[in-house]
Amino acid sequence: MTKASIALNRFGLGARGDQPVPTDPLGWLTGQFAKYDPVPDVIASAPTSAGVSAELADYFRQQRALRAQQGAKPAAPPAAAAVAMPGAAPAGLQMGAQPVQPRTPVPGAVPPPGKDDAMRQARQFAQRTGRGDYAGAVGARATNALVTETPFVERLVHFWANHFAVSADKLEVIGLSGTLEFEAIRPHVLGSFRDMLLAVEQHPAMLLYLDQAVSVGPTSPLGLKIAARGNRKVGLNENLAREILELHTLGVRTGYTQADVTEFARAMTGWTVAGIGRGPGSAAAGTDGLPGDFVFAAPLHEPGDRMIMGKRYPAGGVEQARAVLFDVAIAPATATHIATKLARHFAGDTPPPAMVERLQTAFLTSGGDLPTLYRALIASPEAWVEQPVKFKTPWEWTISSMRALNVKVADPQVIVGLLNQLGQPTWKPGQPIGFDDIAGSWAGPDAVLRRVEAAERFAARAGNIDARALAPKLLPGSVSPATQTALANCESPAQAVALLLVAPEFMRR
Amino acid sequence: MYDRRSFIGASAAGALALALSPRMAFAKADTDKRFVFIIQRGAADGLGIVAPVGDPAFVGARGDLAADFATAAKLDSMFALHPELSVLGGLYTKKQALFAHAVASPYRDRSHFDGQNVLESGGTSAYQVKDGWLNRLLGVLPPTEAKAIAVSATVPLALRGPHDVSSYAPSGLPQASDDLMQRVTMLYQGDSQLHALWSEAMNTRQLTSDLAGGGGANAAATGALAARLLAPADGARIAMIETGGWDTHTQQRQRLAGQLKGLDAMIAALQTGLGPLWNDTMVLVATEFGRTVAVNGTGGTDHGTGTAAMLIGGGVRGGRVLADWPGLSPAALFEARDLKPTLQLDAFIGGAVAGHFGVDPARTMAALFPESKRVAAVRGLV
Repeated sequence: MTKASIALNRFGLGARGDQPVPTDPLGWLTGQFAKYDPVPDVIASAPTSAGVSAELADYFRQQRALRAQQGAKPAAPPAAAAVAMPGAAPAGLQMGAQPVQPRTPVPGAVPPPGKDDAMRQARQFAQRTGRGDYAGAVGARATNALVTETPFVERLVHFWANHFAVSADKLEVIGLSGTLEFEAIRPHVLGSFRDMLLAVEQHPAMLLYLDQAVSVGPTSPLGLKIAARGNRKVGLNENLAREILELHTLGVRTGYTQADVTEFARAMTGWTVAGIGRGPGSAAAGTDGLPGDFVFAAPLHEPGDRMIMGKRYPAGGVEQARAVLFDVAIAPATATHIATKLARHFAGDTPPPAMVERLQTAFLTSGGDLPTLYRALIASPEAWVEQPVKFKTPWEWTISSMRALNVKVADPQVIVGLLNQLGQPTWKPGQPIGFDDIAGSWAGPDAVLRRVEAAERFAARAGNIDARALAPKLLPGSVSPATQTALANCESPAQAVALLLVAPEFMRR
Repeated sequence: MYDRRSFIGASAAGALALALSPRMAFAKADTDKRFVFIIQRGAADGLGIVAPVGDPAFVGARGDLAADFATAAKLDSMFALHPELSVLGGLYTKKQALFAHAVASPYRDRSHFDGQNVLESGGTSAYQVKDGWLNRLLGVLPPTEAKAIAVSATVPLALRGPHDVSSYAPSGLPQASDDLMQRVTMLYQGDSQLHALWSEAMNTRQLTSDLAGGGGANAAATGALAARLLAPADGARIAMIETGGWDTHTQQRQRLAGQLKGLDAMIAALQTGLGPLWNDTMVLVATEFGRTVAVNGTGGTDHGTGTAAMLIGGGVRGGRVLADWPGLSPAALFEARDLKPTLQLDAFIGGAVAGHFGVDPARTMAALFPESKRVAAVRGLV
């Protein structure tokens, strides 16, 4: 690959067929920092967490009203079951603190028909609404990726959204999943890691996805009150605290202990979401703020000092956990973790140690300043090796294909369906570690076959494009003689376009 | 530029030259001969189809898989035919079916895709020859009768090459992207990662269209369709039928029985549909390689080497099993696991085709199997 081809494909999202090849690849990359728009129009008109949360709040209110009408308390809170999306793998994660609603009613336990119907209709409506929000957000993300003037920065947005992954599996998270990227990642992608981390951990999608919103301090005012009644078990939920340390910052097996996780979880109690939380803390959380707002609910917060990784964090409110976050945000282990993942994303599945060390240093010396980190990345020769170093993910392949064919708008339903088919449903990795970033996860026989099928569909709608002329624009100086010959020998222009999209040099970056 | 003919001509230039020069010498008077190649994709287990029940090591090596042959009709002192092949057994009795055993193409590794490439291209290694021996066979026939058809959605490699070939698929099979698939196959040949992935994907795709479907009814329908395409005076002279489902790594006993029932029904439908033309018809059944002598841990067998091939038809000198039997004792096996090949499949095919169409065996070998130098066609098959 030439430098221009590397800049366009490895750093960017693939060339657009209707745009010129950059003459100064490095300048083209660094120049994007000044041009980046955190809220382009298409993102501005996408669903927001406030809007999605208001819908969810309506739904929960309706459910409470229906339950109240019936008088008796239901055996199991409804709507806790994960919502399957069309064509997607079954949801893997359930809300930890909620019992799972069976998909089929248990014989003999049939609730009164009127209530059942109304609640089911309400749930179906909420699911439809959530899926609509989800598709709208996926469409906005894709359309923005197609037309952006700053594809390198957009790639970094996608990178961070996967680093801080939520998964659109359960009802509350489906509609909110994309808003985390738009509201917590985009504004901070060129800021500091610390600010991005804080924005993510206070975003409703994350607080709900990793169950922070149902965590209650055992000796918090609310915890004591519930314990005194003696009929319900409430307490800490360590899920988010653990994943912050393991996935978002320090990395797994970097020296923290279970005691550190538990202490951090205690410090985190009280961090919750207004209006749409569930469980015993929801009332305490919902007293102020609009649905979806981050709130610190003091009645849920475990009092006292916390000892985390040898450091004392004095008793306090929201500041206590924030202080922990700010410390781990700039810890050496975090720098190594982030440096390793970035190097893997740009220099190959096995990150070169020298590059990891360089990025780690850039991270630490700048206190987690992300543009400094990106500049170190661009300056790393390991990211500019001529051989392709990465097998494109389905997202990368799809976006680069559509950019190649000058597509300007992604139809939300089509793009959602396509990415399901290709095996990477957007914002739905099924687990908090996000999608893998190695070829082994994406380069499968069926995956390649599906790309060929998708390429043929793309090509059929591509209009009159000459693949022989397009290839050197997409992969300047980097089209193999074998591919050139194969394109020239195709029996139709559309066939040549399809073949170009699945050519070895286009399947990788 | 987008000219498929020039593409094929260019890519097959070497083979084309070979095929062109001797064509006039080959050209025969008009022929009523019909030839059908049924390819068994997935490595059919020759030992489970034409079983060497007279080999003292057979029952011990095959365990449960030998049970099907306990009461099977014997073909001769060594071999018995799988009981599901009742029509074939009848044809054998009428001396219209011949089985060759311990046979293998020149390919000695165990990849389906590469093995099928050798079987269909007629080369001695994968991707060495760019078009198929069955297409080159068309050069042997008078131009007015050099008509071939693939009874499948794809024009398989064996039929691809300089001569025009049509294809006809039973309805319901996707047809749109076969040519693209072929081109992707070509394009990925130089890329080890994508080649391996693509090979596996194509295998899976082929193996999904197995013979056992519908209790043999689907296979019979395909056989009947092939007969309809071959029977008219102006119809095709050569047809190729692709069958899958032979890759019996698990539960071979049940699966292979279903496969063979389908194959038997296909042959029966061909014979019925061709009527009097059956006397001028030759059907070749062959696979890319065989399967292990030993049964694996899941009631199946794994990729092997030597296997069985079949010639069926009114003109075949049948009623015999052609085998220089190597034996199944551990010391006799190829690489200590597979039936050792003692008969070259290309020599068998070359001899069968030359005999059937009445053309010179040496020239047939040179045209169909140009890389198999000094391999003499098997004589006396017709």
